[in-house]
Amino acid sequence: MHATDSIAPLLKAIEEACSAPALVKAVEALAQANSEAAVPALIAALGYNNPGAAVAAVEGLIRLGTVAVSPLLTLLDNFNYGARAWAIRALAGIGDPRGLAVLLEAAANDFALSVRRAAARGLGTLQWEQMPPEQRPDAQQQALTVLLQAAQDPEWVVRYAAIAGIQSLASALHQTQPLCLQPLAQQLEQLRSQESTLAVVARIRVAQRAIVQMCS
Amino acid sequence: MHTPHLNDDPEDMAPDGGIPAGNALTIEQAIANLRSTDAGDRYYAAWWLGRFRIATPEAVAALIETLTDESDRTPDGGYPLRRNAARALGKLGDLSAVPGLLSCLDCSDYYVREAAAQSLGKLGSSHHSDPIFAPCTLKLQQLLAEEAPAVAAGVPHAAQPYDAILEALGALGATHAIPTIEPFLTHPAELVQYAAARAMYQLTEMPVYGDRLVSALQGDRLQLRRAALADIGAIGYLPAAEPIAKTLAENSLKLIALKGLLEHHLHKADPLAETAQTQHILQLMDELL
Repeated sequence: MHATDSIAPLLKAIEEACSAPALVKAVEALAQANSEAAVPALIAALGYNNPGAAVAAVEGLIRLGTVAVSPLLTLLDNFNYGARAWAIRALAGIGDPRGLAVLLEAAANDFALSVRRAAARGLGTLQWEQMPPEQRPDAQQQALTVLLQAAQDPEWVVRYAAIAGIQSLASALHQTQPLCLQPLAQQLEQLRSQESTLAVVARIRVAQRAIVQMCS
Repeated sequence: MHTPHLNDDPEDMAPDGGIPAGNALTIEQAIANLRSTDAGDRYYAAWWLGRFRIATPEAVAALIETLTDESDRTPDGGYPLRRNAARALGKLGDLSAVPGLLSCLDCSDYYVREAAAQSLGKLGSSHHSDPIFAPCTLKLQQLLAEEAPAVAAGVPHAAQPYDAILEALGALGATHAIPTIEPFLTHPAELVQYAAARAMYQLTEMPVYGDRLVSALQGDRLQLRRAALADIGAIGYLPAAEPIAKTLAENSLKLIALKGLLEHHLHKADPLAETAQTQHILQLMDELL
């Protein structure tokens, strides 16, 4: 197959990389090839316990988008903890609605704050138009429920990401379920009055203003 | 490299580097453990009281007593329990700890002096006009100025914890120490240079010192870029926003640094004032999530 042939030297470079920085360079090169045939090797790179390589692989998978979703979901349960966290970040970045269940679970319960952060952001930016219209309202409500929960996470950065996610989700809700924006504005006000971290307060204000503009 | 917020503090990791198993101790038990005879229990209790911000007068008093402990010694003469107690007291915000921490600056253990300098900087960052800190800034300045004590071969640190001392002088607003701080801008160790630049910026607000840290964001070692991110976040140098976002380091550290800039700016201005600059920082943060 032509695609596989063209990335063969890049795969060989990964196999032969003899230092951590060399491995990062090799994975970066494969990610930049932007080839569907690279998906299995990019997914494998999530498990090398090399953060630089994992970041490059996540970026490559996000760029490839939809074609990477099914392999990521299939392999998710076989991953070790670290690889799973990177895979969730890739799914959050791709935004394919097939990742919804994984993102809901991760935003609410993942052990690592960076995974909860990425999942919360991802729930806000899911590509809802790829989901059958009749499934959207329920799915969006589920996402909103989990985001409002994540907006009370003990870590400030997860709360911040949840607010950013809520704001993005609000623009989607504005098109499908405009009636839920009013209560949402009130919930944000409630969150703001409880919030102790100044940066999160500032982020809530931005979200509030955006929602007011949508409603007017 | 301290940060003012609970969740950004790497010391809040358990002493073994893992995640603490929740509030396994009660406050009373932790204070009792601090006075027990088991060295492990005492060491853990000191960390625990700081980690969970147990700032009751009883906890503070028990930690202060521990600063003069003689029983817990390492084979080379260190005082591990004093180190943990000094670190914890920096997190509790109680100024009654200041005289005890000041005495720790004379301790023979480098790590006790380092923890005491860091904690004095933390305690003083919001009350530095309090006269209780005047003898501290004099003592810290003296440690910088005096001839460095000899360090045995193979010891993994400098003669004095210069970076902690410089950071504390900056946080304490010790403008009288500027002539003593300045030479450290060219110290052989990068981390000491950064600490000097950080202090000089806090004391003078001159952009040249903020810019020194911004250029450190492009250093070729990750550890140094991480340190520069923490320093810039601590001083809230606004022109660093874009360079922070572009630094080759973990997004979580860049988010913490940008949060430092944003909050510094919001504290200085009216907290409600949202300027084009704060909007821009929020946008950069959104992109890093």
